[in-house]
Amino acid sequence: MRLWAAVPRPAPSAPARSVLELTVFSLLNGLVYGLLLFMLSSGLTLIFSMMGVLNFAHASFYMLGAYLAYSISTKVGFWPGLLLAPPLVGVVGALVERYGLRHVHRYGHVAELIFTFGVAFLIQESVVLIWGKQTLDYREPAILSFPLFSLWGTDFPAYKAFMLAISIGIFIALFAVLTRSRVGLIIQAAITHPNQVAMLGHNVPMVFTGVFGVGSALAGLAGVIAGPVLTTFPGMAAVLGSIVFVVIVVGGLGSLAGAFIASLLIGLLQTFAVAVDYSLKDLFAALGIQTSRASALSDLYSVTVAQIGPILPYLLLVLILIFRPTGLLGKREV
Amino acid sequence: MIGRRTFGLAAALAAGLAATSALAADPVRIAFIDPLSGPFAAVGTSGLRQFQFTADEINKAGGVLGGRKLEVIGFDNKVSPAESLIQLKRVIGEGIQFIVQGNSSGVANALIDAVAKHNEREPDKRVLYLNYSAVDPSLTNEKCSYWHFRFDANADMKMNALTDVIANNKKMTSIYVIGQDYSFGKAVAEAAVRDLGLKRPDIKIVGNELHPIGKVKDFSPYIAKIKASGAQAVITGNWGADMLGLAKAANDAGLDIPFYTYYAAGNGITKAIGAGGVGKVRLVGEGPGNGPSNAANLDILKRYKKKWPDEDWTQPRTLTTLHMLANAINKAKSTEPAKVAAALEGMTYTAPWGDIDTMRASDHQLQMPVRIFVHTNKGLETDLDNSGFGLVTESTVSAHAASTPTTCKMQRP
Repeated sequence: MRLWAAVPRPAPSAPARSVLELTVFSLLNGLVYGLLLFMLSSGLTLIFSMMGVLNFAHASFYMLGAYLAYSISTKVGFWPGLLLAPPLVGVVGALVERYGLRHVHRYGHVAELIFTFGVAFLIQESVVLIWGKQTLDYREPAILSFPLFSLWGTDFPAYKAFMLAISIGIFIALFAVLTRSRVGLIIQAAITHPNQVAMLGHNVPMVFTGVFGVGSALAGLAGVIAGPVLTTFPGMAAVLGSIVFVVIVVGGLGSLAGAFIASLLIGLLQTFAVAVDYSLKDLFAALGIQTSRASALSDLYSVTVAQIGPILPYLLLVLILIFRPTGLLGKREV
Repeated sequence: MIGRRTFGLAAALAAGLAATSALAADPVRIAFIDPLSGPFAAVGTSGLRQFQFTADEINKAGGVLGGRKLEVIGFDNKVSPAESLIQLKRVIGEGIQFIVQGNSSGVANALIDAVAKHNEREPDKRVLYLNYSAVDPSLTNEKCSYWHFRFDANADMKMNALTDVIANNKKMTSIYVIGQDYSFGKAVAEAAVRDLGLKRPDIKIVGNELHPIGKVKDFSPYIAKIKASGAQAVITGNWGADMLGLAKAANDAGLDIPFYTYYAAGNGITKAIGAGGVGKVRLVGEGPGNGPSNAANLDILKRYKKKWPDEDWTQPRTLTTLHMLANAINKAKSTEPAKVAAALEGMTYTAPWGDIDTMRASDHQLQMPVRIFVHTNKGLETDLDNSGFGLVTESTVSAHAASTPTTCKMQRP
């Protein structure tokens, strides 16, 4: 506490209250964002652990979900969109695996990587071709567009609570299916011992197609529920594309629980970083070290945590790769 | 031997003649270097359409130089300075003499240098850079160039007008400044702090925030921070997806304070602000907004809407830019950039909506009336985003009053 006391700050009217307010809302916003990341990365990490393919088109399926849901919602409303768009995206994903990726598979991982990269471009351009470059007016349903509660005058939208509920529901369902059901057992077995599973009479390629489809559908679902909040526009895949890779590497490749923890970690990290206005200069000042504006590094010193917020996940990625290459809960090295 | 050489010469001459005669009928090409893909594609595409719309109108009225047509061609720079320089090379390679650019002062800073260097190196292949929207003040001050003309009020002129409005509100005691982390965002923040410090030193700047441009997925954390700071109003220069995201998050969190903005309208933003921003969101800009205006202006808005039903005529400065270029080409009786630049200096233009603009020769900054608009659903002649909401003029700062001095020491060729 005393450490920061020396730092002159523009004093807000009620500092203690506003710090609490900021903490609570950062926590809520971080949870919403983190769980959204989880929905995206869960499919990606499953696909990777099974096929060894880093699917670059994953975020494009997310975008496709939002756009399809928008089109459905303009015709028959938000709820049919929520129900129909993810399976549609799943079918597209399964087709991509069945008629594309499976053929490319025999040429090795590099070919697969380049293939998914191409698919990402294809989806991106198709979306622009069909829906145009304008931002779409994709909105939350009227029934959810009210503030759920209001704390210190700031509203927490009901739709965000709905996003939280869906994400948690998906996590529980995925976990249950993978660990408790027969299908889950086969999938888990196919991840580590595909040949033995095939010997036992299971159709492993079919399992792969299914997992790819479900993974894409999850990305699509993330798009459907994120579209109204994070805006539906042609750049939406690009802004989330790289961060999901960070999530699955930090969480540990192939680990669902790891992806969950990493998603929340990164969500909260990015949200809280925005709230912190301190820079190295403040730290030095608190320690009694004088810094002058003339110093060559003065620009570096005065960069606040809020400003470097967006690169923090990547910094975390580098640290994880150095100190724990398996990721938080992963079993194999990246 | 001699015969062959003569034949070659004759062939070259013939080809040269053919080229010249083709040139006279060729359209005057104008390269539009702006984002046509990525997060800011919506803004860029709509800018290109507005330019092409005006070009069509000029062409219908007879074009320039007694019948040559104007043709605006899009070059996608993805708002990247590096990509813009590649596009500039392409433009020069294709023999295009005019470029228009507006989105991002970062790009403008790269282009202004590259164009000046190119024109010095290859005086017979010069290009002229018409900036319709990049408003970093330095472009017409310390970085000014003879080959650059700006057709939009710069960030200082706009902030001067915005802070006048804020200063008149006696109850205002605290302000939060938020912007995109690049030259323009920094220029806005600097101007806000400086102008408020002069006009209302009692107003506290409770936050001065820069966020990455085009990279923020969710603005809720920033809104939570603004809320916690207890600010009574927000000043922002955000545009495109960054303005849309900010407005959306503010609405979701029920942040119920005035926003003083540069670009909070059109391209989906007006719709996102909706009823929550009525009487609270203000914008500094040019032209008549959504009313009141005159018949000539209404006619433009309606014809544009007919052509692009999902879009709006949001950047009147594109019309000013192209008409002044056409007038300058006619006055210079040439498309040679040096002659056109000389004709543009000091040129006066009366816009269809009645504004009289003058291109100041000393720094190539258009001297124009600046308006403060308010987001509303009352008193509109037209709307934005088909939302029933739009911008209505609240106050007008005359071209004379909006003018700011320049430190430019123009280097003339």
